[in-house]
Amino acid sequence: MVTIPVEIQLLFAGLLFLMGLVGLLVRRNIIFMLMAIEVMFNSAGLVFVIAGAHWAQVDGQVMFIFILAVTSAEVSVGLALILQMYHHFKSLDVDGLNKLKEIN
Amino acid sequence: MNTFFYIAAAVALISTGLAISGRNAIHALLFLIVSLLAISVIFYILGAPFIAAMEIIIYAGAVMVLFIFVIMMLNVGMESEKESRWLKPGMWILPSLLALILLVNFVFMLNKMSHQNIPGRIIEPKEVGISLFSTYVLGVEIAGMLLLAGIVGAYHLGKQKKKVLHRFLKQEEIEQPGNTEG
Repeated sequence: MVTIPVEIQLLFAGLLFLMGLVGLLVRRNIIFMLMAIEVMFNSAGLVFVIAGAHWAQVDGQVMFIFILAVTSAEVSVGLALILQMYHHFKSLDVDGLNKLKEIN
Repeated sequence: MNTFFYIAAAVALISTGLAISGRNAIHALLFLIVSLLAISVIFYILGAPFIAAMEIIIYAGAVMVLFIFVIMMLNVGMESEKESRWLKPGMWILPSLLALILLVNFVFMLNKMSHQNIPGRIIEPKEVGISLFSTYVLGVEIAGMLLLAGIVGAYHLGKQKKKVLHRFLKQEEIEQPGNTEG
């Protein structure tokens, strides 16, 4: 079905992962950091599916479903943490979170 | 078939870049949704139609709606002029253009695929399900426990907590002004 060399596909997934990593390192807004983590998860799942398609096995897709479950759990807890953070600090900037003590 | 892959990959890379570098969270989310749709097209090209559907239903459907809810909740006191600036039609032209490119790509691909016999192997949802519930059934149970932990954690963190001090601390705090007066 696909005659694209698998190196190109893996390169695409790697570029996507790199974009997520750069976004995570550069942005300081915590919502954008969570979105960058989503991009990285997604590209990791893409590598699983590419490998599964390359060897014509189902295991890659099964692993993608597990990654999907992990991602949805991570996102729900992460967004709840973001809400708590905004509630406490009135800011979404992670550089403001350098104190261990609760601000009264 | 290769051209379709490259077009979808280009759309995915462009929209991911715009999503990561955007200034406004909602616009970045629009680009991220386009990126997820492009990756879903790539899954379809790779012979994984079930995963393509899951990607759209769970990522673009559920997870992105969660993000949108949280962004909307954080902007409770949004001024109306800011809102009108956000709803300006120019904001959604670029994401919808990228999505249109993707749609044209996908429709052409479906057209071409129905006319030719596909060599290679498409992995059907049935095989995925059989493998998921026979070989990987332990993993499914662990994933279920993880999701339960996620639900409980999100509920616990999402509660609006009242500020509760320990009762001795509270007494101290109440007595403090009295002591200074006396």
